Amino acid sequence: MARQATKWRAGAVGTAVLALTLTACGGAKVGDDSSGSDTSSSGSAGSSGKCGTFNLAVNPWVGYEANAAVVAYVAEQDLGCKVTKKDLKEEIAWQGFGTGEVDAVIENWGHDDLKKKYITDQKTAVDAGATGNEGLIGWYVPPWLAKAHPDITDWNNLDKYAAKFKTSESGGKGQLLDGDPSFVTNDEALVKNLKLDFKVVYAGSETALIQAFRKAEKNKEWVIGYFYEPQWFMAEVPLVKVKLPEYKAGCDADAEKVACDYPVYKLDKIVSAKFAKSGSPAYDLVKNFTWTNDDQNTVAKYIAVDKMTPEAAAKKWVDANRTKVDAWIK
Amino acid sequence: MTVAMEKPPTPEPPQPQDAVPEAAVPVAAVRRVSRRMVVGAILVVWLVLFAVLRGTHTLTLAAADLTDLHRWLNDVNDSIGANRNSNPLFLYFFNEIRLVIDTLVTFVQHLISQPSDSRPLPQIGWLGVVGIAGFVSWAVGNWRVALLTVAGFTFFGLQGLWQESMDTLALTLSAVFVALLFAIPLGVWAGLSDRVHRIMTPFLDFMQTMPTFVYLAPLTLFFLIGGASATIATVIYAAPPAIRITAHAIRSVPETTVEAADSLGATRWQSLLKVLLPMSKRTVVMGVNQTIMAALAMVTIAALIDAPGLGKTVIQALQSLDVGTAFNAGLAIVVMAIVLDRVTTAASVREEAARRSGGRLLARRRQLVVAGAAVTAVLVYLSHTYVWAAEFPGEGSVGSSVASGADTASTWVQDHLSGLTNTFRDALTNGLLNPFQTLLTDSPWWLVGAVLVGLGVVLGGWRSGVTTAVCVGLLVATGVWSDSMTTLASTLVATVMTMLLAVVVGVWMGRSPLADRLVRPTLDAAQVMPPFVYLVPFLALFGATRFTAIVAAIVYAAPVAMKIIADGIRNVPATTVEAATSAGCNTWQIITKVQLPMARGALTLATNQGLIYVLSMVVVGGLVGAGALGYDVVAGFSQGQLYGKGLAAGLAIVLLGVMFDRITQAAARRTSA
Repeated sequence: MARQATKWRAGAVGTAVLALTLTACGGAKVGDDSSGSDTSSSGSAGSSGKCGTFNLAVNPWVGYEANAAVVAYVAEQDLGCKVTKKDLKEEIAWQGFGTGEVDAVIENWGHDDLKKKYITDQKTAVDAGATGNEGLIGWYVPPWLAKAHPDITDWNNLDKYAAKFKTSESGGKGQLLDGDPSFVTNDEALVKNLKLDFKVVYAGSETALIQAFRKAEKNKEWVIGYFYEPQWFMAEVPLVKVKLPEYKAGCDADAEKVACDYPVYKLDKIVSAKFAKSGSPAYDLVKNFTWTNDDQNTVAKYIAVDKMTPEAAAKKWVDANRTKVDAWIK
Repeated sequence: MTVAMEKPPTPEPPQPQDAVPEAAVPVAAVRRVSRRMVVGAILVVWLVLFAVLRGTHTLTLAAADLTDLHRWLNDVNDSIGANRNSNPLFLYFFNEIRLVIDTLVTFVQHLISQPSDSRPLPQIGWLGVVGIAGFVSWAVGNWRVALLTVAGFTFFGLQGLWQESMDTLALTLSAVFVALLFAIPLGVWAGLSDRVHRIMTPFLDFMQTMPTFVYLAPLTLFFLIGGASATIATVIYAAPPAIRITAHAIRSVPETTVEAADSLGATRWQSLLKVLLPMSKRTVVMGVNQTIMAALAMVTIAALIDAPGLGKTVIQALQSLDVGTAFNAGLAIVVMAIVLDRVTTAASVREEAARRSGGRLLARRRQLVVAGAAVTAVLVYLSHTYVWAAEFPGEGSVGSSVASGADTASTWVQDHLSGLTNTFRDALTNGLLNPFQTLLTDSPWWLVGAVLVGLGVVLGGWRSGVTTAVCVGLLVATGVWSDSMTTLASTLVATVMTMLLAVVVGVWMGRSPLADRLVRPTLDAAQVMPPFVYLVPFLALFGATRFTAIVAAIVYAAPVAMKIIADGIRNVPATTVEAATSAGCNTWQIITKVQLPMARGALTLATNQGLIYVLSMVVVGGLVGAGALGYDVVAGFSQGQLYGKGLAAGLAIVLLGVMFDRITQAAARRTSA
């Protein structure tokens, strides 16, 4: 027994020594190769002290990710900031202004309730101007349907086709597919006040909506639903917007009585009050950042369709649009 | 969430009236018939009254409408947010907790997943982690699970997900550590004292059935965004199984043993430390196992508040409907769950084996452990020092082929099966779901309430009748009665289908060990694969409908029910089956006349668990078109003004869960009595 034990011990020591000698002669050591891996974090070490850490919220849709990718890339490469991206839903991101965990939200869709709560009441956030993107919300149909029945893009004709939109969920009426719970919708009120023979069915997620439209276009199915642009999916299937009664200022004031289209949202940027006063160059970048819907769609397509990493997508766009970027950081 | 569930996660409390059954046996047959008739009568009365009163007192509430309770909850939430920085409770209590947990998480992350200050890589590289994992698995389990562990961990690297996997592992380990720190003492306490057990049970039910979405946003208010919040969310969900199973373990130590210790003059502490704890060790390890599985089930949800790891990969991939990438990350979660499950299971079995074999092997084993530790130390040193051992080599090409394989498979299914599936969906929805839902939502609320209470009394006795009445009252108070009824209809349909499927597969598994061995890994995978991964192909097949939600619920709930039924069938004494065979019964007769009736206890337990698991998928259902409570919760998570309503909907889910759990458990106790 004792002899066996000694054998084992000797074996273990032997293995260890062998392993050590084998490795002693080859292999780079951790920390030696600082030139290779960490260019992004300390690319311009001199200025990183000035900018410090920049906490950027990333809300969960690809268009937002495109904004965030480009801003983060520029902040790291040109300003030497240490950018921490935080994947959060809107509500939680805004909450983070107060707790100091989030510096900026880089694409905001309306959210008047949040603006009132955090900008007016708690004063923990401030507006940092428009992104230049215009957000449209409304009812959309797949392109094949708009082509086969061009008159369907006017709400007046929707009732004519209501029977075609019937599904197992819509209780004998036409189905109007609503989706992403993150956005306020007036659709139930709209259906009621426009006296349409439709029922709102809640798909519950953007994923479910996109999948429904994708399938509808492929199999030539009848689907009408709530959607919005800019959205990367439009590059894959260019959905067609249905015309609702025109939006006039104040026509959506009473949620119960809405009978008009959604307004055009000027997408904007929100930053924490503390960040705005910090004098960080990242704040100036966020404030100056503007681009067009086409710009965003390009980067969003790199990410969603071409499956590039956000960093690679941002680099590709920045390299091609240097003049625009320079205007943000001058 | 529970892989390889041999033990029920909600152990039934010991029956208080043990003396009664003997007297009741002769009457039992008569009573069962009459009970069935009473249930029938209740249903007939319901149908008649429904025909008369249809559409009155239905308590419907439109999607954007709120009640006063919902508004009040909104205000509470807002005022917490506004006073966060001045409230002493925050400054001296929550912030301290956050600090401690954050330090723990960051420490583990720096060890295995994240670069720390001056180092570009974590302290221990892949070789070291694989070495430690393999060594620990061998030391607590056996060499077979050690091999599995090494293979599994290496697979993460090959998938190109090494860092993500280690982030997930770090978070899971921290959460499990914190959970057990509280759960085991609480479990022991609940095991020793009946009163504590009774008080604790509703809280545990609440923690397990309250949808995580409801408290995720407030948690970030209390504990800020990041590791600490994610860990605490996980702890809330993962601790209850450990508490329950520990209590159960302490309670199932034979009384005679404890009495023997007492008569030898042992003090309370001595009998706890020397008798109760050692004797319940094996079951307690099962509790640890369940806690780990529950923690892994939270990985994707925690990613919604910026928890690092595999969950993030899944969520991000789904933003662009990238099924392949999401599946690859989901697969890593599955592999991690299976590895951790097998290791802890092996550890619990070993406890037993070690106790039996004792002395002789022990001395030699000690030498082996020392040798293993030495080798592991070398591996850790190497992985700390050299890049090749620190950073997983290669580009993760296995991962991209897994992803493209999954993409191809999901596209094929979508293209070739959707015609078939639509017919099936429409038949089930129009034939069963719609009429049933109409019956529930269009009846007056007091009628449905009375029916539920009546069924509770008939099936579970007076006490569960009272519980049902309280639950119905509270459901009305939440203001989401109508949505609750819609959800209830889908839930019951899903449970019925789950049970049909579970009986078929469970009987097959129970009768054939080979089938069991083949099917079981698939069941494990179905339980821990994040639902987000398979929702996209399901949506393509069935559209955004209640049916999709039902299918998702079945995928999640059926494995548990199958395992319980298979277990029950296997536990039917072999001699009984042989006797039936020699009496000339054919296979069908053996199954229907002998095995299923004798496994009745398992069947009711499976129904109970099936229902609870289906309910836990309500929120996921809300993401794919189920509407009702699930949608309310999701919308409450996404929109400030709907927060209160989401919370109320979450409470309604808890109430439905508690109600059915109590009725089925009481019914199970009656049938087994």
